[in-house]
Amino acid sequence: MLNKKALLLPLLGMILLGCGGDDNNNDDMTMMPAPGPVPVPTFSFEVKINNLTYGQPLSPIGIALHKQGHFWNLGQAASSELEMLAESGDNTALLAMDMIDTSISDTAPLVPGKSVTLTLSTQDITDMKLSLISMMVNTNDGFSGLNAIDVSALAIGAKLNFKTHAYDSGTEANNEAAGTIPGPADMGEGFNAQREDVNFVSMHPGIIGNDDGLTNSVLNYQHKFDNPLMAVSITRIQ
Amino acid sequence: MKISAFAALGLITLGMQHAQAASLDIKIKNLTQGIYYTPILIAAHPDTNHLFESGMTASTELQMMAEGGNISGLSSMLDTYSANKVENPAAGLLAPGQSAMTMLETTDGNTMLSITAMMLPTNDGFVGLDSWKIPTEAGTYTILLNAYDAGTEANNELILEGSGAPGMLGIPAAPGMGAGTNGSSVTSDEANPMVHIHRGSLGDDDMAGGKSDLNNTVHRWLNPVAKVIVTVK
Repeated sequence: MLNKKALLLPLLGMILLGCGGDDNNNDDMTMMPAPGPVPVPTFSFEVKINNLTYGQPLSPIGIALHKQGHFWNLGQAASSELEMLAESGDNTALLAMDMIDTSISDTAPLVPGKSVTLTLSTQDITDMKLSLISMMVNTNDGFSGLNAIDVSALAIGAKLNFKTHAYDSGTEANNEAAGTIPGPADMGEGFNAQREDVNFVSMHPGIIGNDDGLTNSVLNYQHKFDNPLMAVSITRIQ
Repeated sequence: MKISAFAALGLITLGMQHAQAASLDIKIKNLTQGIYYTPILIAAHPDTNHLFESGMTASTELQMMAEGGNISGLSSMLDTYSANKVENPAAGLLAPGQSAMTMLETTDGNTMLSITAMMLPTNDGFVGLDSWKIPTEAGTYTILLNAYDAGTEANNELILEGSGAPGMLGIPAAPGMGAGTNGSSVTSDEANPMVHIHRGSLGDDDMAGGKSDLNNTVHRWLNPVAKVIVTVK
């Protein structure tokens, strides 16, 4: 699949060169049409994420700017891209979806108690939405995030604050069995294309664990969580 | 026929457009993975009335709803408040992940929106909204609802047909998959007799015994359990 960022960068370079030429080197630019290209503004968002859980590392945070679509819809079947993220923590397929204008992914999991700040920029803010997603890696198919938050009217310096919920992709049963959980509690299997659960996205019912009545669970008291999962702030910095 | 009926309704609605009367589209979505909602009751009522209140003893009408899904008592109670109401918009059970949509025309003075529905399988758990102030400004509003416990029945987590009658201990039904039988009972005690946030079901992984007839991988939940989208027209 074509990476839109890869296309955008050379284009941006051409535009910047054009602007510089117009301002400083008019003599060399006699071939340019009379009205020079309008400088393209850049809109930048700084997103800070804090992992609020006791013992759930969050897979590398993925953030996308997009004008339409959703990473998930409650009550509807997960896309295969979402299933990949929710079962394995790999956000590559989700962030490569056609609906996305620009995206960024952290490179390492966000461990409990820690924060990370990521920045995204775009040249077009009209109708722009921001989505954010991460898997709770010590679950079968649990994830958390923000679903298409409208940032198109955010002024420079303005900040939006959110607390995120835990969702279940409904693609893998929450049996918490050995070999089924990719996080450090198990180091088991990640993605498996088979759909062996309710096949719709819902709120996550929580971790049971072997301390709380699921005898064969590889999880325990340390992996339990409650809503909310993350504190997220979105600040428009440019 | 349908069109003319709507047109007539429109005229009546126009006639009522004074003070705080409102025309609402209401969508309620079951956000859980394995809990069903019995017939939903939606009401607009004065700010002096409630379907339920946290920290207060449940009315017998609320108990009927929370233990057996029977909304007739609450519905009659609403009539004495001159409330506006919608009964059973899902036409039966609202399954996990599913939505129900309805419209509610409110009359002057009915400024608060409340919602209840029993959660199955639970002993006396219900999804609730108590007195959300209906905005006067047109727009779309989202409300997330929590699970409450009516405080009227011990959460023994045993499925027993016919136990939906008020005061009869047990969970009347477990729609969907995964419930067990022959549990020995989680508890026979209900130490908090007030309406409170439900502590959640325990369940177990022994479908032929154990303490609970509920399945701990199917019948648990975390709040919020429902999403309500209200469009004020």
